[in-house]
Amino acid sequence: MILSNTETVPGKQITRFFGVVSGSTVRAKHIGKDIMAGFKNIVGGELKAYTELIAEAREDAVGRMVREAESLGANAVVNIRFSTSSVAQGAAELFAYGTAVTVE
Amino acid sequence: MDTQVELGVRLGISLALLVLAYFTGAAVERRHYASIRKRELRWRSLPAITFRSVPPSWKVTESGLITGSVVISVDYFKRFLAGLRAIFGGRIKAYESLLDRARREALMRLKQQAVEGGYHAIVNVRLETCRMANAGNSESIAGLEVLAFGTGVKLLNAP
Repeated sequence: MILSNTETVPGKQITRFFGVVSGSTVRAKHIGKDIMAGFKNIVGGELKAYTELIAEAREDAVGRMVREAESLGANAVVNIRFSTSSVAQGAAELFAYGTAVTVE
Repeated sequence: MDTQVELGVRLGISLALLVLAYFTGAAVERRHYASIRKRELRWRSLPAITFRSVPPSWKVTESGLITGSVVISVDYFKRFLAGLRAIFGGRIKAYESLLDRARREALMRLKQQAVEGGYHAIVNVRLETCRMANAGNSESIAGLEVLAFGTGVKLLNAP
């Protein structure tokens, strides 16, 4: 599966369109991580636990999108976009979407 | 009398936190900027462009989606300063530098992924910022997330 956020796959031709595919996941933060982050909130700096949590969740969302594209018979997803939104306090939705296509 | 003692203790804790945050926050920021500048120099030769498609002169053999992200938080002292600023209005320098650090860090992580994936360049680079709220307290910011993403390309005629 070729993934790209450009409108075509560079160096290849799109032969068939399958439409929008998407994947999303909603994650809540771990309470222990929240305490550590509370400390980091005083001294400043990167919240590594959150970075990892979000990166992992985003990979999950991309994975779901890829599975949807596979089930349609596509071999690439182009023009991928990401969006993050806070659905509730302490929880975030990671959303990935794009267009499933066949490229040659 | 008791309330006076309690007030004193509370003020003391707040002051101690402010002093602690003033020194650690400044040190953390200095170290972070040093590390960002070092990596920016090292990966200057790897082009990351915001064009929506590949320049016509490039011969692409392979491409793939790459991402880099970071969640970063501002220290207690700067948050206090920003709170004061919100009363009088004007530029909040503390938050400007926070966002600057986060964006540059995310870009460097994107480039690192490109290097690890064996890509020669990144096209259609996009940056997205999202605010993360604390559980149970929507007023306080837990951190800012910056995501950088783009399409890594392997080239026949690597620039």
